[in-house]
Amino acid sequence: MDELSLYVLDITMNSVRAGATEISIELTEEGEWLYFTVRDNGCGMTEEQLKKLENPFFTTRKTRKVGLGIPFLKMLAEMTGGNVKINSVHESVSADHGTVTMAKFGKNHIDFIPLGDMVETVKTLIQGSPEIDFTYRHKTEQGEVMLSCAEIREVLGEVPLNEPEILTWIGENLREQYEEL
Amino acid sequence: MKSLEELKAIKAKMQDKVALRTSSGETRIVVGMATCGIAAGARPVLNAFVEGVAEAGLGENVMVTQTGCIGICQYEPVVEVYTKDAEKVTYVKMTPERAKEVLEKHIKGGKVITEYTIGALKK
Repeated sequence: MDELSLYVLDITMNSVRAGATEISIELTEEGEWLYFTVRDNGCGMTEEQLKKLENPFFTTRKTRKVGLGIPFLKMLAEMTGGNVKINSVHESVSADHGTVTMAKFGKNHIDFIPLGDMVETVKTLIQGSPEIDFTYRHKTEQGEVMLSCAEIREVLGEVPLNEPEILTWIGENLREQYEEL
Repeated sequence: MKSLEELKAIKAKMQDKVALRTSSGETRIVVGMATCGIAAGARPVLNAFVEGVAEAGLGENVMVTQTGCIGICQYEPVVEVYTKDAEKVTYVKMTPERAKEVLEKHIKGGKVITEYTIGALKK
């Protein structure tokens, strides 16, 4: 994967598959570092699953025997001098369950890859799961870009968020916010 | 600025249309969006289908959805097309350009592009 935004998409898909109803994606750029955090209220992972997570030969899926999402992310983060931290509470443990994935990247490192098109990543997520309340926030030193699906849903009522006209509006709204930075 | 006011206007225009669409999904285009798909370039392929369907005004009968890994990672991006009366068609190694072509020839024209299907690859 040659854009960080694709890693964000891939990691957030884990939250979607965990049955989350609320997912927040937060990017923060601070000096030479870029942090991203994906937080969800999905089913979470057991301690045993968490321990195996970095092993590419562990996956809960049934269609293939390898799981590369987290190992890919970890490799990229560590190559740039950063790291990945994952906290998770399984639904069997607490009603307040879910997973938080935090990744840190060195922006000036030669192995850092461009952030790429975050707008496309957000649109893709909403297209696939219009019923989930995604919150997207990208903080830079110039200012902040923000989108809240819950807020949009309040306006839309029963109109699904993945109607093409709505997705176009979402994309244009985000791009305009980026241009204003 | 794309304001919430503008969103309200879009909503007002769409409401009737959406209410009519309960019978939609006669044709389903399913794009694999697991790690294998994403790494192989599924995001722009999905986008090409979503935009193409909207542009051609096919939204009432055609649904574009996402799925996880279907187990043929080496052929990603994989796209499955389900139509009402025909067998499922599996397109492999898709690109945004091929997506446009599939929309034009298969979805609109009813003709499967055999050379992009998994059957053609295995021969």
